[in-house]
Amino acid sequence: MTTADVPLWAALPAALLLVCGGLLTLVGSLGLLRLDSFFARIHAPTMGGTLGAGCVLVASMLVSSALAQRLVIHELLITLFVLITAPVTTMMLMRAAIRRSRE
Amino acid sequence: MKRPPLVPLLPVVLALVWLLLNDSLAPGHVLLAIAFALLATAAVRPLRPLPAWPRRLHVAVTLCWHVFLDIVRSNIGVGRVILGATKRQPTVGFVMIPLDLRDPHGLAMLSVIVTGTPGTVWSGLDPATNVLTLHVLDLQDEAAWVHTIKQRYERPLMEIFE
Repeated sequence: MTTADVPLWAALPAALLLVCGGLLTLVGSLGLLRLDSFFARIHAPTMGGTLGAGCVLVASMLVSSALAQRLVIHELLITLFVLITAPVTTMMLMRAAIRRSRE
Repeated sequence: MKRPPLVPLLPVVLALVWLLLNDSLAPGHVLLAIAFALLATAAVRPLRPLPAWPRRLHVAVTLCWHVFLDIVRSNIGVGRVILGATKRQPTVGFVMIPLDLRDPHGLAMLSVIVTGTPGTVWSGLDPATNVLTLHVLDLQDEAAWVHTIKQRYERPLMEIFE
């Protein structure tokens, strides 16, 4: 399998999505550097976890569907698992920070 | 009057996950998925006795679409805040929102929606008063947040789970 096997109709949007997802994740991670307090920083990585990951997964679905000549959508599971696990971590961090700031 | 329950959530989701994992709709896999879903549901019942029975799935579809739009919108919003952070740090703050939603599954969904959307994090719910503490990255208009949470998310969740 070479890159030339991916038809143009899938390759173009997939490339665009990968660039978008990468940029969103980069900006989200940049937030850790640029925002000054913990309470502001906690919001930044969510960007990479939602739309950033989403873009990459849609790109993956497009390319693998095009290569397999049928609909490949089990990336949806990754979306599901990211969506139900990432917020739990964020909430735990938030609760811990609130508790610490009260002390 | 409550309408009769429509979908037992856990077995249906488990069956779908099984089919997606195997990436197949062959009859054998469908049978296995159903068997697995029923067995797993029966096995976890002692751990979580309260099953989720969502109703009105068309409301859920609209809600998912709204959540998707809001995630896209707030990604752009948070991105702007981060890129503009050298000039102006965002004004972080907590918003107190009194909730009417009591169903634990509805509340769990609400917490995932709120935290999964960049710019807002669920930071606690007072079990006695049912007041939600919401942390907002760039707090400009408190009333607007209360309105968004209550109208856009809480009302459909109440329709689905209560």
